[in-house]
Amino acid sequence: MARLMSAGNMISLLWGASTTISLSLAAILLGIPLGLGLALARWTRLPVLRQVVIVIVSLFRATPAVTTMLLFFFVLPTVGIPVNAVAAALLTLTINTAAFNSEIWRAALEEFPREQMEAAKSIGMRASQRFYRIVLPQIFRASLPALVNEMTLLVKASPAIAVVGVVDVTRAAARIGAETYEPLPPFLIAFVFYGAFVFIFVKLHRTIEGRRRLQEARS
Amino acid sequence: MSRDIDIVWQHRDVLLDGFMRTVLLTTITTIAAILTGAILATLMQSRFRLLFSIIQIFVDTMRCIPFLLFAYLLYYGLPAFGIRMSSWSTGLLALIVYSSAYVTEILRGAWASLPRDSIEAGEAFGFSRFNLFRHIVLAPLLFATAPLIGNQIIQIVKDSAFLMVITVPELTYAATYVQSTYFTPFAAFIAALVLYWCLTMLVETVVAFIDRRAVIRR
Repeated sequence: MARLMSAGNMISLLWGASTTISLSLAAILLGIPLGLGLALARWTRLPVLRQVVIVIVSLFRATPAVTTMLLFFFVLPTVGIPVNAVAAALLTLTINTAAFNSEIWRAALEEFPREQMEAAKSIGMRASQRFYRIVLPQIFRASLPALVNEMTLLVKASPAIAVVGVVDVTRAAARIGAETYEPLPPFLIAFVFYGAFVFIFVKLHRTIEGRRRLQEARS
Repeated sequence: MSRDIDIVWQHRDVLLDGFMRTVLLTTITTIAAILTGAILATLMQSRFRLLFSIIQIFVDTMRCIPFLLFAYLLYYGLPAFGIRMSSWSTGLLALIVYSSAYVTEILRGAWASLPRDSIEAGEAFGFSRFNLFRHIVLAPLLFATAPLIGNQIIQIVKDSAFLMVITVPELTYAATYVQSTYFTPFAAFIAALVLYWCLTMLVETVVAFIDRRAVIRR
């Protein structure tokens, strides 16, 4: 395999891998609080905002990342927002994962016991204190396994950014495969890369679930 | 803006043609993946550990990689083995193989939690493996997994959009064609998004209907 892959090709695969990692991690870090924001906008039942959020979340959950990627890349410049391919890619991945995360946060918010809110109110906590001290820690723990699961889905959706020319690891492997007529070596490397990247999240998911089961057994 | 919408409306047949191809890809893949998934999940119940391991490796592999990587692998890889297919056939094959792995995992998981008594009763009656599956396991399995299969169908719709990269003329490809020919980015892609949205809603409605029937059956 080393014989078939030139050093230059190895480097372009590594560049692709670093693009996939950095854009995915950035989207994950931005998408979790954004998803919470969307879920809260729905939870607080502000009339117009609530409807807008419902439509946006439903639309982005229902449509392919490839299509929204193309939409952002071609439409934003026409309305006076200059974006390059990388910025459009980050925006697509972030909004895509935020839409899915908001449904996870929403489920946790709906499950949240109302009595605790009453109790917190009765001892004189302000709304922001109630949220940060009582609600957030609990819904975070309830949502974490599902959020981690969504991270693996985001990594698998991430090659969508290649349609506007961002060279991620999938795109790099495809280019090398097409040029050398030896598609297997670059694809095997890309495969091992995704396997390892996704495995980190799967492992994290199992650890969290295992710890939770242990806690439930104790209580 | 209104000029954009006019142009896209004039070329609505291009978008509708792409939409019908996306529907066709999704329908064929759904049927083929459920059939293949059912066969693989059945084979995983066999006593041959090797067979189980081979299918498990296939399922885990597909669950780790993005669909586009797999589609590219077939697109560039099959000709290297002397197999020449159109991009449409390659794309369809990639969708079917990839989705089958996910359906197999869904069915295997549900099978393991199916009530044992009816299966044991069937075995006691002397049903063959195939008849046991066909008459006793299949219906409760499909009803129990309807919501998960529904999610998988929506995933198939979304994965099919990746096929534009290997020039399969589906909905996103059609929208890109309209936008690059007439430069109408907003109207072309919004139209595509709305069509995808409608398709997803349709799948969700059908699945919710089946799920309600399943609850009544129980």
